[in-house]
Amino acid sequence: MQRIEEKLKILADAAKYDVSCSSSGSTRKNNGGIGDASTSGICHTYTEDGRCVSLLKILLTNHCIYDCAFCVSRKSNDVKRAAFTVEEVVDLTMNFYRRNYIEGLFLSSGIFKDADFTMERMLRIVKKLRQEERYNGYIHLKTIPGASEELIKDAGLYVDRMSINLELPTEAGLKLVAPEKDHESVKKPLAFVNEQMESFKEEKKLIKHTPVFVPAGQSTQMVIGATPENDFEIMQVADDFYKNYKLKRVYYSGYIPINNENSLLPQIGSAPPLVRENRLYQTDWLLRFYGFRLDEILNPQHMHLDLDIDPKLSWALRNPHFFPVDVNTADFNAIIRIPGIGRQSALKIVHARKFGGLYTYQLQKMGIAYNRAKYFLQCVDTPFRLGNPSMEHVRSAILSESNSGNRRQAVTGQLTLF
Amino acid sequence: MYYLFDGTYLGFLSCVFESFERKESNIIPLMQEDYQIALFSETRTIVTDNRKALRVQKGLQARVGKVEAMDFYRAFLSEDRKAWLASFFIVCQIFSGRADIRQDYGDEHVLYFSQILKKVSRERHRMKAFIRFSKSSDGLFFALVEPDFNVLPLISDFFRKRYADMPWLIYDMKRKYGLLFDTRQVGEVQLSPEEVQDATMPSIAIEMDERDELFQRLWKQYYTSTNIEARKNMKLHLQHVPRRYWKYLVEKK
Ligand code: SF4
Repeated sequence: MQRIEEKLKILADAAKYDVSCSSSGSTRKNNGGIGDASTSGICHTYTEDGRCVSLLKILLTNHCIYDCAFCVSRKSNDVKRAAFTVEEVVDLTMNFYRRNYIEGLFLSSGIFKDADFTMERMLRIVKKLRQEERYNGYIHLKTIPGASEELIKDAGLYVDRMSINLELPTEAGLKLVAPEKDHESVKKPLAFVNEQMESFKEEKKLIKHTPVFVPAGQSTQMVIGATPENDFEIMQVADDFYKNYKLKRVYYSGYIPINNENSLLPQIGSAPPLVRENRLYQTDWLLRFYGFRLDEILNPQHMHLDLDIDPKLSWALRNPHFFPVDVNTADFNAIIRIPGIGRQSALKIVHARKFGGLYTYQLQKMGIAYNRAKYFLQCVDTPFRLGNPSMEHVRSAILSESNSGNRRQAVTGQLTLF
Repeated sequence: MYYLFDGTYLGFLSCVFESFERKESNIIPLMQEDYQIALFSETRTIVTDNRKALRVQKGLQARVGKVEAMDFYRAFLSEDRKAWLASFFIVCQIFSGRADIRQDYGDEHVLYFSQILKKVSRERHRMKAFIRFSKSSDGLFFALVEPDFNVLPLISDFFRKRYADMPWLIYDMKRKYGLLFDTRQVGEVQLSPEEVQDATMPSIAIEMDERDELFQRLWKQYYTSTNIEARKNMKLHLQHVPRRYWKYLVEKK
């Protein structure tokens, strides 16, 4: 018998490559037991790599019958194996939750015996939490590819979020490193759960007491930099999945080399592509919240994101005709396209200008990155400019101005460690 | 002129009432303890009057709605004198007919007020996240905190709803009061100095639940195991978990 400490060590370590730790999107209430969901999620702490820790993220077991080359739990890998019992997972979850360490449980698993056998065991944990412990906190369940629709449907009644990972952005990439897997077995359950969510919602309109089904929706994850897909291909896949399966989130996880056995994968010692990962998230953000279309940022002429500057700035430099934007008259949707201005500040600007034209000194205080934005905007006291400044010049001016507040800095700052 | 009040929100609202009744403007609200700041200046001591305060509160609600009226209470809990001044200014403007002044971000007071509100709300969120309960042998879950602002009143509902089936105590060490939930309702409590002493060294003074230490250890273990060494980024880490909070975080102790 392994001690619980050792199991936790092995099974938390193996689960950490799933980057999602979100606890948002659910509105589950506490009805007579313990726990509820916080709509916008709560990060209870952060790891030293700066990632949010919201959920107890563990595998039920790291035994696996498959041999995916990018995965630490693959069959041929020489690692210590462990498996939690149903009771152990429930006990850990409840005791962490009551001490306010976590928002809930993120349960995933290697596949032992077969998909249904594994899925059935996970379902037992989820049911025990909800029914016996009267636990209403967050549960994220990672579906096992190949599990039966019945089990998936049953689980959907108890969990808040479900996910199933694409792993590699394209089918071709996946075939290279995980010949036993395909994208079809990911798409099918995603589509199935999506249909169920829709039909439960329809039913709810007619019958009030319809139970909720996966209230926080579905997500997926792609590993970046393990196989040769370019940014355009990756974001096309993400865009499709957002549209076709109404996903809540797509996660991009920079590949961290874990073995030297597969010569197709980056070898141990090569740094994970953190800047690129960051740029993909920024692009994702622009598509979902800033009204950008994918082809404005990435297209057959621009298949790679610029690593030196963020995608919004990069778009702005390629589209000088859009600028300068007059913040005193322009639409909200035009203002959020100005590099250095986010949605919050844009909202402030739109409100504030009703009280009179805005001046530079006022903008500077509103929390915008003025030194970057100044090339692209106009306000009451902006001096008249003859012609447009060359975008090449703007680019180098912004790059040389080491603005300590920007995110890119934090990322490069730590890359220099390697 | 300086108005000196007792430091309660009702006292603050009473100041607003008085300034209108006496037709005095350019008021700077301060607590009686801040008196040194106002030394040699014109001051007036305002006695808290619940009836007057409630009239101001009702008036505010009628003009800007219940939700926005709450913002002044939140900003007040910042204990920041500049925020009090900004609040006072804005409230007076609202009563003078400018109900939409809160959107005038070009104005210094309005902008400062919105920034303080954001800070208070961040601290409130941090307390929801960073509070760590320990379980004593009699089943009480207790936590010590030292928030930047006086945010306990703002998190009471959250903890009452979430941890509805267990008794808990959250104690603000800086402001020397706590919230105690007995599984039915939340009340304010003050601990004696000896009790506080005991609570800071629970392992010696308070008898702990026999498995409490185990779960603290497991949580530390989990925290270490879930970190990815290859991605280490201490700058980002410190931005999210500033050092001043470490003292009460099991995983950072
Ligand atoms: S099936 Fe999942 S756990 Fe098993 S090797 Fe592949 S990725 Fe890893």
